[in-house]
Amino acid sequence: MSTPSAKQVSFNKLKNNAQNFSFILPAVLIFATFYIYPFYDIFKLSMHSWNGINLHKTPVGLDNFFELMTDGIWWKSVWNATYITLIALTFQNLLAFGLALACDREIRMKNFYRVVFFIPPVLSEVVVGLVWKWILNPSVQDGQHIGLLNYFFDKIGLHHLVHNWLSDPNTALTCIAVVHSWKGFGWGFIMLLAGLQTIDRQLYEAAKVDGAGFWKTLTNVTIPMMMPVILVVIILTVLGSMQAFVLVLSMVGQGLVYHTEVPVTRILSAMTGTNRFGYACSMGVVFGALLIMVSLAFKFVSDKVKQA
Amino acid sequence: MKKLLKGFLICSFLVLIGSGLSCSGKAADPNTVTLWHWMNDRHAAIEELASRYEEQTGIKVKVELFAPPDAYTQRIIASAQSRVLPDIYGILDKKEIFASFIENGFVANLTEEFAKDNNAWEKSLFAKAVDVNRFKPNNPQNIEPGIYGVPIDVTNIQMLYNKKLLEKAGIKTPPKTFDEFLAAGEALKRVGITGFVAGWGELWMADCFASNYAFNIMGEDKIMATYRGEVPYTDPDWVKVFGVFKTLSDKGILIEGIVTKPNKDAEQDFALQRAAFSFNGSWCVNVYHNMNPDLDYGAMLPPAMNSKFPLKIWGGGGSSFVVNNHTPNKEKAIAFLKWLTGHEQQAYLSESTKNLPANREALSSIPKILSQFASAMDDTTHPTIWKFNELPLVVENFDKGIQSIIIGEKTPEQVAAEVQAVKEREIEKAKKRKR
Repeated sequence: MSTPSAKQVSFNKLKNNAQNFSFILPAVLIFATFYIYPFYDIFKLSMHSWNGINLHKTPVGLDNFFELMTDGIWWKSVWNATYITLIALTFQNLLAFGLALACDREIRMKNFYRVVFFIPPVLSEVVVGLVWKWILNPSVQDGQHIGLLNYFFDKIGLHHLVHNWLSDPNTALTCIAVVHSWKGFGWGFIMLLAGLQTIDRQLYEAAKVDGAGFWKTLTNVTIPMMMPVILVVIILTVLGSMQAFVLVLSMVGQGLVYHTEVPVTRILSAMTGTNRFGYACSMGVVFGALLIMVSLAFKFVSDKVKQA
Repeated sequence: MKKLLKGFLICSFLVLIGSGLSCSGKAADPNTVTLWHWMNDRHAAIEELASRYEEQTGIKVKVELFAPPDAYTQRIIASAQSRVLPDIYGILDKKEIFASFIENGFVANLTEEFAKDNNAWEKSLFAKAVDVNRFKPNNPQNIEPGIYGVPIDVTNIQMLYNKKLLEKAGIKTPPKTFDEFLAAGEALKRVGITGFVAGWGELWMADCFASNYAFNIMGEDKIMATYRGEVPYTDPDWVKVFGVFKTLSDKGILIEGIVTKPNKDAEQDFALQRAAFSFNGSWCVNVYHNMNPDLDYGAMLPPAMNSKFPLKIWGGGGSSFVVNNHTPNKEKAIAFLKWLTGHEQQAYLSESTKNLPANREALSSIPKILSQFASAMDDTTHPTIWKFNELPLVVENFDKGIQSIIIGEKTPEQVAAEVQAVKEREIEKAKKRKR
C-alpha cells in the first residue's frame, strides 16, 4: 500500500476544510444577511439625520450619540428597564426557584403544577397585557369597580387599597414589572426544575445523614450545584427584561408621561413618532452595546464562579 | 450520506436565493390593482366594492388590510424604504412625511385628473377633504402645488353626550360654554356619574383637544406664530390652554385612568354608559352602533371658553388614498379611486360603515347623528392644512406635558416652560445644522 504524497495530503486537507466550511456556509450567509449587514446599516444610519423616507440622508457624524448622552428621557428609560429587570431578578426568579424546589419534591399533582406554571410564558404578551389591564382597570360603573383588583379590594373592605394602578407614576412601572415577572417566571421555573433534577439524590441523603436540615441542604448542596443554571437564568432574565416592551405597549399604550418608557419604546417613538430614524439607530447601537457589556460582565462572573 | 449532505447544501442555497428573489418583488399583474389600507371597520365594505368593480370592469382590486394604524404606518414606511409600495395606499402621517413621500416620487400628482371635465371630480367632493391632500403654492415643504390624494370619506372630531345620563343628573340641554360644561360635570358627579371620557392614552387625541381650545383662546394667527417661533409657549394664552386640562382634572370630571386609555377603551366606556361626555371622531357612530345599538346620544362642539375666537375642531378628509407614482397600474389605480368616490359607491360606503361620505351628493342618505357631525364641517381645521406645523419633538413634549398636568405632577406654567425650552433647543439645533 503506497503512502500518499505531501501534495495529496495537503489537497485532501484543503478538500476536507472546504467541505467543512461548505456545511456552515448557509448559516454564515443567513447570519451575514440578516444580522451583520443590518447591524452595519444601523451603525451607518446612526451617523445620519434621516426621516425614514427621503432618499438623501444628511451625515451628522457623532452628533446623534452626543445628543443621546445628554438625553435625560433616554437614560430614564434605561433606568426604567433596569428597574423592571431588578424586580424580575428578585421576585420572578425567587418565585421560580421556590416553585421549582416545591415541584422537585414528591408532592401530589406535581405534573399538574408544572403545566400550570408554564402557562403564562406561552401566552402572547399582548394578551397578557390586555388581561392585566382589565384586572387593573380603575373605572367604576354604577358604583361598582370594573377592574378585578379594585373590585376585590372593595369587596373585602380594603377600600384604601383601591387605586388607579396604571395612571399613577408611583405604581404604573411596578405593575408592569410585576406582570412581566408573572409572565416570565415559568421559563425560570422549567430551567431551574431541570437543573434540580440533575442533582444526585445521594448528595441529599448524605446531607440528611449528616444532620443537615432544609436550610443547610439548600445553601450547602442545592445552590452550589445549581449555580451554573442559576447564572444562565439570571443572564436570560436580564436580557429579556431589559428588552421588554410589548407589555408596556399593551398596558399603557403610548406611556404615562415618561414614567413607563423603556429603551425599545423610545426607539419606536423616535422612529415613528418624531421620524428621527438616525437618532433611533444611535439609540439602538448604544442599547445594544449596553446589553453586550452586561452579558460580558455576567460571563466574567460565571467563569469566576465555575473556577471557584 | 454524501449525496444527502450535497442535497441539503443545494437546497439551502436554493432557499436562500429564492427568498432573495421573492424579496425583490413580483412582476405587477396588469389586471390587478393592489390596495393597502388600515380600516378594520371598512374592510368588508371596501372588499365588496372591489368585487363590484371587478364585475363592472374586469379589473381586480386586491384589498389588503394592515391594522392597527400604527402598524400600517410602519409597514408603509418600510415598504417605501424598500421600494415595494402597492398601487394604492394611504399615508397616515404628518404633512412633512406626506411631503417626503411626494418629494421622493412615491406619490402621483393627481391635479390633472381632478381638473378634467371642468374640475368635475374635485367639485363632487367636500373642499375640506380635498384640501387635506392639496399642497398650495409657496407651501413650506416646497412641494409642487397640486392634489396628491383622494379622500374616501370625511370626518371630524367632536364631543358626544349621553342623553339618558344627562337627564339623570337633571341637565336639560347639552352645555354650550366651558363653565356650563364644568357645572354639568359637577352635577353628574353628584349623582355618581363620570363626566368625561376620551382616549388620551393616544397622545394625538389629547393634542387635538388642546388644539381646539388653542384656536378658541388665541386664534389661528397666534398659533401659527408660535409654531414659527415668534410667540413662546410661556405666553399666558398657552398657559390657559394647558389650564383647561388642569381644571378638568381638578374638578374630577375626567374618568380614572384617562391618560393611559386608548381610544378603543374610551369608546367602550362611552358606549356602555360609563361616562356622560366623550371626545371622539365621526367614525364612532359605527363603533357605538356595534357596541351598543340602543345608545341614545348626540354630538356637540366642545364648549367654548370665550367668544373672542371661533373654536375650531379637527376634521376634513378622514381617510385618503394616494397612488403609487412608480406603478405601471397608475391609470387603473386612478380609475378605481374615481369610481370609489362616485355617488353610488360613496352612499354604499357611508351606509354600511356609518362614516361621512367624501362625495357631497351621498350626504342625503346618512343617519341623523352623522348629520350632526356633517353640520360642523365648516368649523373644521386640521394640521395638514395649516401653513406651519410644530416640530415633532415639541409636539411630543407638549402632549406628555398634558399628561403630567392631568395626573397632577406639574402645573400648566411648568409644562409651558418645559415645552418652550424644548422648542428653543430644537430651533438652535436646526440653526446649527444649517450653518
